[in-house]
Amino acid sequence: MAEHAAVIGIGQTDFDAKRVDVSQVGLIREAALRALKDAQLEWSDIDAVVIGKAPDMFEGVMMPELFLAEALGCVGKPMLRVHTAGSVGGSTAIVAASLVQSGIHKRVLTVSYEKQSESNAMWALSIKLPFSQTLVAGAGGFFAPLIRGYMARSGAPEDTGIRVALKDRLNALKNPVAHLKLPDVTFEMIANSPMLWDPIRYLETCPSSDGACALIIGDSAAAKQSRSHPPAWIHATQMKTEPTMFAKRDQVMPQAGLDCSAALYKKAGITDPRKEIDCAEVYVPFSWFEPMWMENLHFAPPGEGWRMTYEGATALDGDLPINMSGGVLCTNAIGASGMVRFAEAAMQVRGQAGEHQIDGAKKALGHAYGGGSQYFSMWIVGDQPL
Amino acid sequence: MRDVAIVSYAQSPSVRTQQDENEVEMLMPLIKEAVEGSGIAKQDIGFTCSGSTDYLSGQSFAFVMAVDAVGAWPPINESHVEMDGAWALYEAWIKIQCGEADSALIFSFGRSSMGETAETLGLQLDPYTLAPLKADAISLAALQARAGLDAGKWTEREMAEIAVRCRAQAKDNPDAQLSGDFETDQLLADPYLVSPLRKHDCPPVSDGAAVMVIAAEEVARKGPNPPVWIRGLEHRLDSHQPGGRDLTLSPSTSLAAQAAGVADGPIDFAELHAPFTHQEVILREALGLGPDVLINPSGGPLSGNPIMVAGLARLGESARRLWAGHGKRAVAHATSGPCLQQNLVCVLEGE
Repeated sequence: MAEHAAVIGIGQTDFDAKRVDVSQVGLIREAALRALKDAQLEWSDIDAVVIGKAPDMFEGVMMPELFLAEALGCVGKPMLRVHTAGSVGGSTAIVAASLVQSGIHKRVLTVSYEKQSESNAMWALSIKLPFSQTLVAGAGGFFAPLIRGYMARSGAPEDTGIRVALKDRLNALKNPVAHLKLPDVTFEMIANSPMLWDPIRYLETCPSSDGACALIIGDSAAAKQSRSHPPAWIHATQMKTEPTMFAKRDQVMPQAGLDCSAALYKKAGITDPRKEIDCAEVYVPFSWFEPMWMENLHFAPPGEGWRMTYEGATALDGDLPINMSGGVLCTNAIGASGMVRFAEAAMQVRGQAGEHQIDGAKKALGHAYGGGSQYFSMWIVGDQPL
Repeated sequence: MRDVAIVSYAQSPSVRTQQDENEVEMLMPLIKEAVEGSGIAKQDIGFTCSGSTDYLSGQSFAFVMAVDAVGAWPPINESHVEMDGAWALYEAWIKIQCGEADSALIFSFGRSSMGETAETLGLQLDPYTLAPLKADAISLAALQARAGLDAGKWTEREMAEIAVRCRAQAKDNPDAQLSGDFETDQLLADPYLVSPLRKHDCPPVSDGAAVMVIAAEEVARKGPNPPVWIRGLEHRLDSHQPGGRDLTLSPSTSLAAQAAGVADGPIDFAELHAPFTHQEVILREALGLGPDVLINPSGGPLSGNPIMVAGLARLGESARRLWAGHGKRAVAHATSGPCLQQNLVCVLEGE
């Protein structure tokens, strides 16, 4: 029943720790204008806008899409604001895709962003409410014990995380918009960086970034008019959520992630994901999440994900390159991070990834997760319609 | 387009302060009631979507814990909008249109008692040009009311009469927070809260939650309730800047009403998300509703206004009234943002 939908325009801002040169409005317009330029479209071609971002307290504005919408040409049009924790960038792209797949709209602009320099994410994540859990050490403090759990289960070598970080930081040097670039980065530099939340070192964690990402999603007719680059056809999308307070949860290997990827592959007609997917952009905010997600995405058997990193399978020249852009480890405008994964996957199958392009990429996966690993959103894009 | 219907609805009473239950505890019995009322087994519901805002509870990710009220195991297909539940319904309706689901559970919750609602809503304003002026939601609505008075579009007496009518209509609604018989002259003798608004022109501060199940035709027909068909569902947005538009009009409501086909048939009643008395006049005009159309038979937001819920509740209250046989075709409306910035219009039809 669903109509075909494809990514026909992509725009990312330049990412940095503090984009003091622009307001939140300027930031989202930078991404949206780049996406419009890429799609060779005008504001008037857009039927609806979907905005996503992580918690509003990250900037200190309640429901900021209300003041931002006009700058995205939204007056007189439908506008939706999605928020599904860290997976939001991915979920936002999926909602935008569904507006086209449903046959309701022909061309939808979707933008997600974070401007962390206007507030303090660590503070926003650490508010203590009466009678409830608190996350006193930000996201790193929450995820470090889960990484320890993975290390204990898998017996992965202690330096796996350092290897992931080195790969992603080298990849980021090939990405013109990446935030954190360390041209002299070495294994030793990462190994000797301060331990923040044991076992997560400073250079194994993501930065706080300002930035935005925009996509234009069109129907078949719009995709056929796509001129600058070929369309990235959306083969399948999937979201899954699991509860927070539940004894059966396995936060190291969340069922929601296992189910989400399995359902995604089924919809996309994929039976052997490791073989059939050419490359993937996966949400890895702390280095060790690469091997964990390799297993959660059914790319590697349980306990074996670290081998992919160790054997170089996830490197740019490996058999399943992961985070060719440098990933979340190098660029993390939180609300945008999921959409950047989805966008980078689309850039690969459109052949527009420049220095970090995987030659002949035909099928790519974009992945995002959020909360305390309760929220997952994913898509598969291809160079041909499914 | 698939025919989609509201098949069940449950809501909590609107109360000034819900001290005894947190969000999950408020939602759990409502979800049970709505799911049971839908005739659909919980594991067969294809999609779940919620609407809420972190700023009411003063906590990032407030919606994450609320998912626990659904019992999301095995993991579910789920999404969340930082919007009124009416827009969560829109996302769920889209999923059904895509063929990704045949039914959906929608819920929303809001506990305004956790803070100072009017000031909190002031944090929605443009942080560079408007928020530093410290205008709260009531002050902005007062600017709008003043613009209409100056333009001769309504009078303070007409505004008070709307409050009197809504409160009287709310007497039949067991979930209403504010109801009863009042005299217009008596209300007009009250001092201004923020001129030209008096207390009766403003909504009560409310805590509440609501849950709805919608389904595509083949599923909807199997439920115990006759389907209430969603015949049109559209939403549009206006400029955020109060100086960027004529505050006495709501062009986004008119556009949404036109697209949703409000004028394609007679309307028996309307549930309008008009938290301030004068906004009913603006919306009635924008929707093209004649003087014979009954507005807010439930009492509307002036008799109970849980933020993030009150829009979805307009659809729910409309469905209840259609189930009760009071009319065949209704309009439900939801709003968001300062001075009716964003508006959703839904045309509903009973069997």
